[in-house]
Amino acid sequence: VSPLAEVGYGPGDFGATLPVWALSIASMIILLVCMSRRRWAAPVSAGTALLGLAVAGVGAWAHRFETRALFNDMYRVDPYSTFFVLVFVAIGIVSVLLSWDYLERTNLNHGEFYALVVLSALGMIFMAAANDLIMIFLGLELMSLALYVLAGFRKNRFESNEAALKYFLLGAFATGFLLYGVALVYGATGTTNLSKIGGFLVASPVRDTPLLVIGALLLFVGFAFKVSLVPFHMWTPDAYEGAPTTATAFMSAGAKAAGFAGLLRVAMIALPELTPDWTRLLTGIAILTMTVGNVTAILQSNLKRMLAYSSIAHAGYVMLGVIAGGAGGAQAVLYYLAVYSVMNLGAFGVVSLMGKGSDERVRVQELAGAGFRYPWLGIAMTVFMLGLAGIPPTAGFMGKLLLFRSALEGGHVMLVIFAVLNSVVAVYYYLRPIVVMYMTQPEGEALEVSSALPAAVALAVLVIATFWLGTASGSLTGAAMQSVLAVFP
Amino acid sequence: VLLTTALTAIAILGSFSAVTQRVRAYYMLLLALETGMLGTFMALDLVVFYVFWEAMLMPMYLLIGVWGGQERIRAAVKFFLYTMVGSVLMLVAIISLYFLHHAQTGTYTFDLAALYQTNIPLGAQFWLFSAFALAFAIKVPMFPFHTWLPLAHVEAPTAGSVLLAAVLLKMGTYGFLRFAMPLFPNAAFALTPVICALAVIGIVYGALVAMVQPDLKKLVAYSSVSHLGFCMLGMFAMNPEGWSGSILQMLNHGISTGALFLLVGVIYERRHTRLISEFGGLWKVLPAFSVVFLVVMLSSIALPGTNGFVGEFLVLLGAFKTQRLWAILAATGVILSACYMLWMFQRVVFGAVTNSANEGMKDLTPREALVFAPLLLLIFWLGIFPQPVLSRIQPSIQETIDLVNNRAVAIRTWEARSAMIDAGIQPCCPDKAEIAPGVAK
Repeated sequence: VSPLAEVGYGPGDFGATLPVWALSIASMIILLVCMSRRRWAAPVSAGTALLGLAVAGVGAWAHRFETRALFNDMYRVDPYSTFFVLVFVAIGIVSVLLSWDYLERTNLNHGEFYALVVLSALGMIFMAAANDLIMIFLGLELMSLALYVLAGFRKNRFESNEAALKYFLLGAFATGFLLYGVALVYGATGTTNLSKIGGFLVASPVRDTPLLVIGALLLFVGFAFKVSLVPFHMWTPDAYEGAPTTATAFMSAGAKAAGFAGLLRVAMIALPELTPDWTRLLTGIAILTMTVGNVTAILQSNLKRMLAYSSIAHAGYVMLGVIAGGAGGAQAVLYYLAVYSVMNLGAFGVVSLMGKGSDERVRVQELAGAGFRYPWLGIAMTVFMLGLAGIPPTAGFMGKLLLFRSALEGGHVMLVIFAVLNSVVAVYYYLRPIVVMYMTQPEGEALEVSSALPAAVALAVLVIATFWLGTASGSLTGAAMQSVLAVFP
Repeated sequence: VLLTTALTAIAILGSFSAVTQRVRAYYMLLLALETGMLGTFMALDLVVFYVFWEAMLMPMYLLIGVWGGQERIRAAVKFFLYTMVGSVLMLVAIISLYFLHHAQTGTYTFDLAALYQTNIPLGAQFWLFSAFALAFAIKVPMFPFHTWLPLAHVEAPTAGSVLLAAVLLKMGTYGFLRFAMPLFPNAAFALTPVICALAVIGIVYGALVAMVQPDLKKLVAYSSVSHLGFCMLGMFAMNPEGWSGSILQMLNHGISTGALFLLVGVIYERRHTRLISEFGGLWKVLPAFSVVFLVVMLSSIALPGTNGFVGEFLVLLGAFKTQRLWAILAATGVILSACYMLWMFQRVVFGAVTNSANEGMKDLTPREALVFAPLLLLIFWLGIFPQPVLSRIQPSIQETIDLVNNRAVAIRTWEARSAMIDAGIQPCCPDKAEIAPGVAK
């Protein structure tokens, strides 16, 4: 008996785990390629990354209806994880396309960047597919360590170093919380397997043991840090600002989706017995997150910081679905994470194109007059801003609609009212770039915009997706629903 | 719908020479706006309605913000935020309604016809009606939510002002008639005094503020606030006269205010100012313009023989029947509107030409004449022979009023019955429940 078969992994399971294989192999190849310091190393790395991600996507797609428990039930292939794998793969591909020209422009063109993107995507996949707290921890670490390096990738820039250090120190702290939480939950339930924890709690007469409650709380803190809920959001603006813009795009979309993927699975499979008691706490955190994120975003003049605070606010919106729970809530979370990734990647993608050569521009004011001088860029930015603001007929609106609907169905009326009022506040700052682009004239030197074919293609796809997912939302909401129903009873 | 398409065409015709920059984008946005407006009026599904309602904001926002005047950015953002606040709360109400309907019938639907059948508890009605009413009241706009309107009107380009006045504001009143009142009849009845009071304050206040405006466009904007107060009053008179007057008044307001904005646009293009004090004696310089202006102005003060008279008369007639006090107060608005309009007209058109800059102005061009001709025709036609229009709207009004009344009674009955069941009394037959205490027919 081979050791693999012993842990429940036969040759027949290879296809279903193709995403993991493809990304692992791709990252190895890239690292080998990067040992050569030739000029072709970076483009080849980018190509390899694209190929690996594409193969991973195809592999996930081919097995999208399957459910398998592998490696002693530590790793699940099921529609839920497949949904997220496809989201992560899409995020990865778009990030690579956006980075292609950006890295060259900003003299960062080292192939290792792509290796880190691929490794981080791999960690995200582990987080979404894990059915075991240890596995979630491993995925989280793999994702985070790669992201820390990505944040500090501009090693000769002060802000980038600050971003990496801050992200790393606070992140390490949060991971410590998570690990301690895992330990306590293990102590309370005797297992780290999510399904078994859930089963134990259903059968157990005493659920509110301090050990379990504190453990679950620490777990939550770990996730809250990764998805940047208030008060665990402090790292977000600095990390987003300092990191290279395309790395910011990648981590803002991917880390958030992965964090929520893990959180949702833990909440729905392992700890559903606890969630009712938590509603009040989570409601408070959601309201706080939305309000702090949105109000602070108004004050920002740096686009990257503004988007960072807006991403905090979006985490608050997603919490609505988590709080609502049930199939409807989980469906809303999945849909929202997917469309949020599309729009946020797009917004950061536009920012990454601002400025010529290594001269990066990130201030809102610098967009002045750009709407008419660069009509396509202007339209793209407008669409992403409106999408993030949740104006129909974009996908952002459908996402908010689903979240609000699930929360209202759960009877959280006050929470929904806070959320809608918050989304009005958000409109104010999302309109600002549009105002500046179309309604003001530049003072002094006008903004120059870099043109890059891969990034343009990626942005065009994202614009179309923002509308497509908003108007013909049936396919994605349906897929989200199926994924949820297949996993959560 | 007809009003919308007709006025869009007229607005486009009217902006040929005013808009000189970024022409393609401008027309694209105008058409997008028209799509939104048509969609809003035709939607029979609440979510579709909401989507169009919101989608319409964006083109209007850009129209004001890009092609507007000095303070355009502030105006555009204010317009957007005001409308958003109202509409997101309406969205919450829409979703709540959806769940209420599900709780009763077991089916999920946003279809308006099905939702008309839902029995909504009185307490919930109050909140849901408030949420809808807030969205629509901001759009109408009713006092005290009107402050975005003058700013938006003044800063918007002419075509934008015309469409804003003629169509966008109507969406608010339309929303009341189509959604808020039939869906939540009891709450509508209960809140009638509040809304009538606000409407009358709007009428009088709008007129008084209009009187002291130095800027022509602002004057017209405040007169809009006043006129729409009449629409709201007529609507909440809750009788067929009031409703048909209200609908006719919406139509009239679209025509006459639209025409007024176009007229202001005409002289603004020539002189680049809208201050009343800058003009004077235009009759001698622009005879054709002045004649058109006179007719439109008279229609706006509701002189008999013009369209305005029929509408206001019907509104007041309806209001007298049910809300006598408010009707009397509102009637003073008619006098006030005569005051500010005639005074403004006198200062702009009569007298000697005091400002030499006005001497060389050109009269209406054939294109401009073509713009105004259909509007004048409508003013007289609706003023002298409104019957064809009235008979068109009569049946649908009757139907909706019946719907409102029947639903109000049905829901009261249903409430009383469920209250009895809750109290442990089994109502033996529907008649018993209807005469239970607290049930008024």
